[in-house]
Amino acid sequence: MSADKLYINARLLDPATAMDKIGQIMTRGGKIADIGAEITVPEDAEIIDCQGKCLCPGLIDMRVFVGIPGADYKDTIENTGEAAAAGGVTTVCVQPVTDHIIDDMTGVEFLENRAKKAKVNFIPFPAITKQLEGKEMAEIGLMSRSGIKAFTDSNKSVANPALMSRVLNYAAMFDALIIQHLAVPELSEKGCMNAGALATRLGLPGIPTTAETIMLERDLRLLKSVATRYHAAQITCRDSIEVVATAKKNKMNVTAGVAVAHFALNEYAIEEYRTFTKLSPPLRSEDDRAAVVNALKDGTIDVIVSGHDPEDPESKRVPYELAESGVVGLESMMSVSLELYHNGALPLLDILAKMTCNPARIIGLDSGCLKIGSPADLCIFDLDMPHRIDPETMVSLTKNTPFDGRPVQGKILKTIVAGVTVFKG
Amino acid sequence: MSEAEHTANFPFPHHHLLGIENLKEQDINNILDLADKYVAQNRKTNKKTHILTGLTQINLFFENSTRTRMSFELAGKRLGADVINMSSSGSSIKKGETLLDTAATLNAMRPDLLVVRHGSSGAVKLLSRKVNCAVLNAGDGTHEHPTQALLDALTIRRRKGKIARLTVAICGDVLHSRVARSNIHLLNIMGARVRVIGPSTLVPNTLKELGAEVFHDMKQGLKDCDVVMMLRLQTERMQGGYFPTISEYFTLYGLDYDKLSVAKEEAMIMHPGPMNRGVEIDAAVADDLTRSAIQEQVEMGVAVRMACLDLLTRKKRGSEK
Repeated sequence: MSADKLYINARLLDPATAMDKIGQIMTRGGKIADIGAEITVPEDAEIIDCQGKCLCPGLIDMRVFVGIPGADYKDTIENTGEAAAAGGVTTVCVQPVTDHIIDDMTGVEFLENRAKKAKVNFIPFPAITKQLEGKEMAEIGLMSRSGIKAFTDSNKSVANPALMSRVLNYAAMFDALIIQHLAVPELSEKGCMNAGALATRLGLPGIPTTAETIMLERDLRLLKSVATRYHAAQITCRDSIEVVATAKKNKMNVTAGVAVAHFALNEYAIEEYRTFTKLSPPLRSEDDRAAVVNALKDGTIDVIVSGHDPEDPESKRVPYELAESGVVGLESMMSVSLELYHNGALPLLDILAKMTCNPARIIGLDSGCLKIGSPADLCIFDLDMPHRIDPETMVSLTKNTPFDGRPVQGKILKTIVAGVTVFKG
Repeated sequence: MSEAEHTANFPFPHHHLLGIENLKEQDINNILDLADKYVAQNRKTNKKTHILTGLTQINLFFENSTRTRMSFELAGKRLGADVINMSSSGSSIKKGETLLDTAATLNAMRPDLLVVRHGSSGAVKLLSRKVNCAVLNAGDGTHEHPTQALLDALTIRRRKGKIARLTVAICGDVLHSRVARSNIHLLNIMGARVRVIGPSTLVPNTLKELGAEVFHDMKQGLKDCDVVMMLRLQTERMQGGYFPTISEYFTLYGLDYDKLSVAKEEAMIMHPGPMNRGVEIDAAVADDLTRSAIQEQVEMGVAVRMACLDLLTRKKRGSEK
């Protein structure tokens, strides 16, 4: 239990209640104890002057890969926790993809145990299908009863429509969230970048946007007859955005996310075969990127994720086609997302909502807001401080960022998990 | 031609030859002019000069090749270089780590020229960043094959006297062809008019952005062409479904006299080889010596590669003298 702490003179930003005002917030026993202008302060409380800097709920990142168990050379839980803390992220949703696929309680418990030592909260998102093979359902019921809230095959689509139909049907009994990676295998497996003129020029096999949109449309068709909550992990193109927008208009149980890279970069970031720009789904055209920004603005896209996926240098220092997909992003998530605020695309609270209260609502967490009784998971940041993204100063074990050298504004000053300061910038 | 003459002329402001896309018209003219002189040299009984004496050339082929590797080998040897061949079948070296490890190993042997072919687009560029010597791209994936485009250009220039304002049709499997990409770039740089012809599955509309007119009908595309470049159907890069059968493909897109009849009467026919007779080209057309420049292309290949090896080592040879 931590001592009472009073954060004074903070610009309190709570997207859940649209609060944006100077005030103070008190934490006690890992929870938010009080908020507002008039707070009765215990005498022994530690007082922290925020000097007018921003204070918001700690970020919740719905898409993070950790090399545990089995692939520690990519990154450990402890170090991923450090990286998250450095990025203002207080809750990390772990993807099941590692050397030993997390698809049952053994894996879940192993991860949860290992995560106890970490500085931030780790929530496992186990696989939908055993071994991510897309053939048999994992023990969704048993894992749900043990508190697991969401399932995903992460970087694979559940491609078999009969199986997906059963998964959606079955998951409804446990109110489990099904998170789908959108890529029709036959349209995407051979490709390594966005299909189009640039792929033709570079002589690289392309992945058409239809690979994403067709899978999305199919799933939504299957979703019509069941009450399951469905989350499209990442939508990256105009067509998919239209599909989600229509589904939302029709009051379907659908939400959608996007990775930072997909609104901050387009396919031209590949330049001369820079493998750090290789992602799944791939970076899209400028038109699609602009559509993603609009979808963030109008609420079609609910969630921003880092897609943090450490890849060791050996899997990136190879020809583009042979390189692994994935970028690190925990530490740059906030700074790069704040570009949307600084360039006038989105209001500040709307951006923060997509990394705090929205993911909390979708997953079913009580964090992600500044509410009395909520976990004291907080992030204090300077909204304007200019700096460049520098892989050398990153905590992540691997440095595969596509934002190397990018000038950004906004820096994390302090990250607090359950009332305890876990990072100081 | 004396060695002094060689060294005096044709500056080439590039460390490597990785592709055509970033070359200027003058660069290409310089290579072709020098290659013309090597054609003359190669037709003599004594084909050997010694301008590359003491230099080491390594031909590093990650993908099978006979004619390109031999052509580079001959080019190096005729210039007096020590030429070593290193081939690895695609299966043994597939991992990129091995590519860069191999690069580092070879680099430590201090070669002066590395001729590299690799099955992945961009692989030669990647390798070129890790070595100190000049790197020549002998084909990377479906990206570029610059010396093929240069030898094609030399063949055209010698037959037609120019390249600018000619209409050149590139026919067949453009999608999987690095030869086509390099040729599209080169012909655009040199001011020719480029057409690509083939089924829509192998000739995507995105080629327009590379500077080519797209046709899906052979006779429409071939109409009034000066040059017809046929491409090999790269079935090894296809996983089915690009077209129904060879027979249908040949009927629609195989070059025969009937389809050729709409091109200009003196239109020349080219093919980078190896040919699939009865698939993309009718045997009689391929063997028509008045129309076909296919043998000439092979001859020009050696000369063009000699010119490239020469130009890329000029600075080094000059500075050490």
